[in-house]
Amino acid sequence: MESTTVEEIRKHTWVYLTVFGGLAMLTVLTVAVASLEMAVGLGVTVAMIIAALKGSLVASFFMHLISEKRVILVILIFTFIFFVLLIAFPLSDFLDNAGKPNVP
Amino acid sequence: MEIPYTVDIREDTGLTSPKLGIWLFLASEVMLFGALFSSYILLRVGSTAWPVQSEEVNVLIGTVNTMVLIASSVTMVMAWASLKMNNFENFRVYLASTIFLALVFLIIKVFWEYIPKLQHGHDPSTNNFYALYFTMTGLHALHILGGIIVNAYFLIPGAKMWKSNPEQFTNRIEIAGLYWHFVDLVWIFLFPTIYLL
Repeated sequence: MESTTVEEIRKHTWVYLTVFGGLAMLTVLTVAVASLEMAVGLGVTVAMIIAALKGSLVASFFMHLISEKRVILVILIFTFIFFVLLIAFPLSDFLDNAGKPNVP
Repeated sequence: MEIPYTVDIREDTGLTSPKLGIWLFLASEVMLFGALFSSYILLRVGSTAWPVQSEEVNVLIGTVNTMVLIASSVTMVMAWASLKMNNFENFRVYLASTIFLALVFLIIKVFWEYIPKLQHGHDPSTNNFYALYFTMTGLHALHILGGIIVNAYFLIPGAKMWKSNPEQFTNRIEIAGLYWHFVDLVWIFLFPTIYLL
C-alpha cells in the first residue's frame, strides 16, 4: 500500500473498523443461514458466496489488494486459475466415473 | 552486506522484495490448503454416508473462534497503521492484542475442541470427516502458532529496529500482517466447510 500521509492512514483506520463490523455481521449471517432447512446444494452455494464476500473484504482492505501493484494481481490471477484446476480436475474425474464399477 | 530492496522499490516490479516474496509464498499456501479442500470435496462427494457435521462439532465454539480471528486481523492492521502514524506505543498495544487473540483462538481450539473430541474417542482414524477435520484445522492451527512466534519476535526483540530503521520495521510488520490476514482468510472458508455444511 503506497499511501503514506498520516491523514490518509487515519482515514483508513475507520475503514478497517467498518470492515470488521461487516465481517462480524456476515459471520452471524452465515450461521443463521446454515440453521435454515434448505437443500444441500443451495446451502453450500449460499455459504460459499458469503465466505467469498468475507474473503474479498479481508483481501481488499486488510491486505490492501484494492490499491496494490499490478504484478501482485497477476500472481493472484494465476494462483486462482491453478486453484480452480486443483478443485475441478479431480472432481471431473470422479464425476466421469460415477456409477462405474471399481476396477483394480 | 545489506540486503537490497527491503525499503527501496524495485523499478521492474514496483515492489519491495519482501512484499513480492510474501505474495509468492501466500500463492503457494493457497495451493497447499487448496489440495486439502480438493480432498475434502472428493471424499465427501464420493462417500455413501457422511456425518451431520454441525452435530459432530460445536458451531458456537467455531463462531466464537471466527470472531476472535477476525478481531485479531483488525488489531494486526491497526498495529501497522500505528507505525505509519509514528505511534509506537499504540503499535505495541495492537500487536500484543493480536498475539493475545491468537492465543485465545488456540486455547479454545485445543481445550474446548481437540481434547474433548479425543477423550470421546473421536480421532483422525474414526472416519473421513474426522481425518479431514483434524488435518485441516490442525494445519491451520500450526499456521496460527507460526504467526504468534513471528509477532512475538516483532513485539519484543525485533522491535529494536524501530529506532535504527523505522521504515524497514514498518515494512516487516506489513509483511507479517499479510501472512496473518491470509491465515484469517483460510479460516473464513474452513469455518463453513467444517462446521456448517
